[in-house]
Amino acid sequence: MTILPQRPIEPGLFTWPADQPQLIGSRCAGCAEIVFPARTTCPRCMGMDVEQHLLATRGTLWTWTIQGFRPKPPFGLPEQQHFEPFGVGYIELAGQTRVEARLTESDSARLAIGMPMELTTVPLWRDGDHELITYAFQPIYEGDDSHAAQ
Amino acid sequence: MPRSDGDRVAIIGIGIYPHGRHPGVSAATMGIDAIRKALADAGVTWGEIEFAAGGSMVSGMPDSVVGDLGLTGVPFINVRNACATGASTLLAASTALRAGDAELAVVVGYDKHERGAFSAPPELLGVADWYAAQGLMLTPQFFAMKIQRYMHDYGISASTLAKVAAKAYRNGALNPTAFRRTPMSERHIASSAMITPPLTQYMYCSPDEGAVAAVLATERKAAELGVEPIYLRSVALRTRSYGSLEVFGTSVSLADTPPPTTPAAEAAFAQAGLTPTDVDIAQLSDGEAGAEVMGMAETGLCAHGAQEELIQQGQTELDGSLPVNTDGGLIANGEPVGANGLRQVHETVLQLRGQAGQRQVPNDPQVGFTQVYGAPGVAACTVLAKS
Ligand SMILES: [Zn+2]
Repeated sequence: MTILPQRPIEPGLFTWPADQPQLIGSRCAGCAEIVFPARTTCPRCMGMDVEQHLLATRGTLWTWTIQGFRPKPPFGLPEQQHFEPFGVGYIELAGQTRVEARLTESDSARLAIGMPMELTTVPLWRDGDHELITYAFQPIYEGDDSHAAQ
Repeated sequence: MPRSDGDRVAIIGIGIYPHGRHPGVSAATMGIDAIRKALADAGVTWGEIEFAAGGSMVSGMPDSVVGDLGLTGVPFINVRNACATGASTLLAASTALRAGDAELAVVVGYDKHERGAFSAPPELLGVADWYAAQGLMLTPQFFAMKIQRYMHDYGISASTLAKVAAKAYRNGALNPTAFRRTPMSERHIASSAMITPPLTQYMYCSPDEGAVAAVLATERKAAELGVEPIYLRSVALRTRSYGSLEVFGTSVSLADTPPPTTPAAEAAFAQAGLTPTDVDIAQLSDGEAGAEVMGMAETGLCAHGAQEELIQQGQTELDGSLPVNTDGGLIANGEPVGANGLRQVHETVLQLRGQAGQRQVPNDPQVGFTQVYGAPGVAACTVLAKS
């Protein structure tokens, strides 16, 4: 099995390449509202003075569900590829916003509102000679010290 | 304050084509059937209709019905406004009647959907391709995540969701035009396939087919015809405000903002000169069981969190203090999008007239309320009353 180089599904969503990717949002100079992904105008106050703003990589799970069945197109997974259920949630980034993302966890028993989460990337599918990736959040389980650094 | 008599609009005729699956029957054919029934119910003919509005999401141009009903030259507005399609036809027709442009109007809504969950090209809904490609553009995910958070915040139990769905199937069994007419136990609903936790397969409605029509008249015309009017006291439609949790939201503001249902309901009550405490029966958007629970509070019919006790005590059943979705709602009728809002109005008129048969609520209800909600963040409410 060859290891393919990875490429984000869309440029501008998160810093890449990076050891610790960060979501790229935007912040309104007028009202301080932060949104993801970055926009050129503020959806809250309609202001035009908006700057890119890197989002926190850690937050808490605000709500979640599981996508248990294979979605119809425009879901992009190639037909011949096996579908694996995935979690979906909103992650609250303190003082910033709540970001919707895929979750690395798809077991209901291991997800709970309020649990700490951390940004990562997950592979989606092969596109030519690249493997497409997207942003996702993974739970930080208590007693799991592999995430202790930071 | 109530409007002066000259401004009031009444519903004087209703018609419905059964909801379900009808191979070989076109959507327009269902619409024509519903219109004919509504005209007969009102005791008027198509030739007397001076204004019409019709809505559909996927089944073409509703004004095609004039080819069968009669080429009278009637002004006919076609509407395509998602879940608010029915309310939009009511807005158009009632505005024409109040403005004095017409004395008799027809509204119709229908759709004939394919089986399975709705899907649409992302660019048509203002959604980025990458968002849809990675599997986030699915309305069931949104509804599941919204009720998941709501249950956490307000102490709603999974058993309450199952009770809401069981009520829908039970009421549907008493409704001859419903799609799903077999009662289902709470246990069966709770243990059916987990589609998107906490919502199971039988807590969701499914797209299907059907049509609903109504005849509207000015109060003066209704009196002249000698028919019993049910007054359309208000229709209000709202789109989302910034910060509310809606479908296909890549991020949502920390400033919790109510969904469009709340301002739509407030406007509907204000226009009607009534309050939520005046409501005797309600038809609420129940694309899945959680939406009905949240809708009860978002519309002001109860406080947030009060649903748990109300539903567990059976207060939203046909014989409860606040019957909700008396015809089985979307869960039992399925969802022909263009017909949804008018079906709620149809049911409310039947109940206020006392003609709802086996599912008639007791104690002579006087005021009915309807609410629809859907993607991409639109809600519409009506208040209907016997006086
Ligand atoms: Zn702003």
